Amino acid sequence: MTTGLFFVQALNGLQLGILLFLLAAGLTLVFGIMNFVNLAHGSLYMMGAYFGAATFNATGSFVLAGSVAVPATMLLGVVVERIALIRLYHRDHLDQVLATFGLILFFNELVRIVWGPGAQFMSPPEVLSGSVDLFGLRYPAYRFAIIAVGLVVAAGLYVLIHRTRVGMLIRAGATHPDIVAALGVNVRRLNTLVFGLGAGLAGLAGVMAGPILSVQPGMGEPILILTLVVIVTGGIGSIRGAFYGALIVGTVDTIGRAFLPTILREFLERSLAQAAGPAIASMLIYVLMAVVLAIRPQGLFPVRHA
Amino acid sequence: MSDEGRQLTLRKTIAAAVLAFLALVPVISAAIGEPYYVTLFTRILILALAAVGLNLILGYGGLVSFGHAMYIGIGAYSVGILAHYGVGSGWVQLAVALCVGAAVAVVIGFVCLRTSGMAFIMITLAFAQMLYFLAISLKQFGGDDGLTINARSDFGLFSLRTNVALYYCTFVVLIAVLLGVSRLVHSRFGMVIRGGRSNGRRMEALGFPMLRYKLTAYVISALVCVLAGVLLANLTKFAAPSYMAWQASGDLIVMIVLGGMGTVLGPVVGALALIVFEEVLTGWTTHWMIVLGPVIVLIVLTANKGLYGYIVERDARRRLP
Repeated sequence: MTTGLFFVQALNGLQLGILLFLLAAGLTLVFGIMNFVNLAHGSLYMMGAYFGAATFNATGSFVLAGSVAVPATMLLGVVVERIALIRLYHRDHLDQVLATFGLILFFNELVRIVWGPGAQFMSPPEVLSGSVDLFGLRYPAYRFAIIAVGLVVAAGLYVLIHRTRVGMLIRAGATHPDIVAALGVNVRRLNTLVFGLGAGLAGLAGVMAGPILSVQPGMGEPILILTLVVIVTGGIGSIRGAFYGALIVGTVDTIGRAFLPTILREFLERSLAQAAGPAIASMLIYVLMAVVLAIRPQGLFPVRHA
Repeated sequence: MSDEGRQLTLRKTIAAAVLAFLALVPVISAAIGEPYYVTLFTRILILALAAVGLNLILGYGGLVSFGHAMYIGIGAYSVGILAHYGVGSGWVQLAVALCVGAAVAVVIGFVCLRTSGMAFIMITLAFAQMLYFLAISLKQFGGDDGLTINARSDFGLFSLRTNVALYYCTFVVLIAVLLGVSRLVHSRFGMVIRGGRSNGRRMEALGFPMLRYKLTAYVISALVCVLAGVLLANLTKFAAPSYMAWQASGDLIVMIVLGGMGTVLGPVVGALALIVFEEVLTGWTTHWMIVLGPVIVLIVLTANKGLYGYIVERDARRRLP
C-alpha cells in the first residue's frame, strides 16, 4: 500500500463523489422545494447517458454528445414532470415513491427496446484521452475533467442559489411556499424550473459517466441508491449537505473497496480476510449512514431554517 | 360492530370467494391438467404472505418500508446456507431464520425508526441494498449467481416433497398469519400502531412510548417476511440476491396499494392481481415492463383505495345510517 496508490484512489473517490453530487443536488432541491421524492432521478441519469452515447455513436464527437444530452434530459424531465409528477406533489410520499418506481420500470424497458440489452460504448474526447502527470503520478485526464466540471457546477449552483433572484425564490419556496405564491410568484413554473435544473444535472452526470461506466439498462439504480445515502447522510433538502455528503460517501466507498481487504489481511487469517474484505467494504457506506443517523437523525448538514 | 357480525356483506362474500378459490387451486389445476399453476400460485401465496407482513407497518402503521424484500432474502438464505452445510431439518432452518431475522430487524428497525417520512423510506431502501450487496459479495455462497438448494426442508411430521403439499403448507401458513394479523390490528397494540399513523405526537403525549410499539410492529412484520422467504427457498430450491433486490421491495408495496392498504386481505388480492397480470403480460411480450410501469403510475393516480380496499369502504359506507 503505497502513498501514490492511496492518492490515486482518493482522487477516484473524489471523482465518484462529484458524480454523486450532480445527482444529489437535483434530487435534494426537488425534495426541498416540492417535498417530492423522485426515484426516477436515476432514470434521468441513465437517459442522459444514452442520449450522450447515441449522439456520440452518430457523430463521433463527445462535445456534441454532451451538448445534446444535457438539454435533452432537461426537456425529458420537464415533460415527465408536466405529464405525471405534477399530479403527485400534494400526495403522500408513498404515492410518489410508487409512481416513480413505475417510471423506472418504464424507462429501463424503453432503453432495452430502443438500444438493446447490451452496453453502449462511448469514449472520452481526444484531448482528454491521455493522462496527467501529477507529482510523478499518472492520473487519467478525463477523470480530472470530471472533477473540474463538477466543482465548476457546484460553484455555479452556489452562486445561483445564494446570489440571484431565482435562487432567492428557490430558497423561499423551500421554507414558505404559500407565502411565495401569495406574493405573486408562479410557483408552478418555479417547480418546473427546479425540476428541469435537476434533470439537466442528472443528464450531465450521465453523459460524463458514459466513458468510464458502462451505459446499459438499469445503470441508474445503483447510483440512485448511493445518491439516497448521500442525501440522508448530508441532510435532506440541503445543497451543502449534498456536496459534503457526496464527497464523504464517494471517498469512503472507493477507499474502503480499495484498501479494506488489504488492511484486514494484516490481522485476520488470509482466507477469512479474502471473504470478509469485499463484504465489509460493500457495507461500509451503509454503516456510515447508520452511525450518522444514530447520532444526528437530521443528517450532518441539515437545512438551516433562518 | 355486533350488527356486522351477522350480516353477509359484500366484503365477506368476496373474502370467502378469494380464499375458497385459493384453497381449490391444486384441484382446478389437476382437473385442467396444468400442474404449472400450482407452482405459480404457490409463488403468489408466498408473495401475498410477505405483503401481508409489510402491510402491518405500511398500511396500519404508516411506515413505508422500501426494504422488506431483505427479510425474504434472510429467510431464503438461512435455508440455503444451512442446507449447504447439510442441515436439512426444516425446524432448525425455520428457527435460525426467525432468530437471524429478528436480530437484524431489531437493529435495523431501531436505526430506521429514528427517522420518519421520506428519510425512513430512503434508509430502509439503503439497508436492503446493503444486504443485497452483502449477498453478492458472499462468493462461497454463490455470490451473484445465487445458491442452489439440494432438497426441500424436512419437517419430519409432514413432507413438502410434492408441489401440492408445499402449496397447502403455504396456504395454511397464510391463513394463520391472516387470522393473527386480523386479531393483532384490532387489539390494543394494533390500535396504538394505527393511532401512531394518524398522529404520532398525540400518541406520545398520551403516554405511549411509540418507538417501542413501532419497533415491535416492525419486527413482527419482518418475521412474516422471513417466513415467506423460507417458503420461497423451498419453492424454488434456490436463494439468490435478486430476492432482496429493491424491485422486489417495490413489488410488495405495489401489491399492497393495488389490493388496499390497511385491510387484512388487501395484500392477498393485490398479490393475486399483480402476478396474474404480469403473467398475462409476459405471454404477450417480453417487454412487459413497459406496460407495467405506466400501469403502476395509473393505479397510483386513480385508485388510491385499492381493489379490496374499495369494497371494504363501500361496505363501511352502507353501514352508516
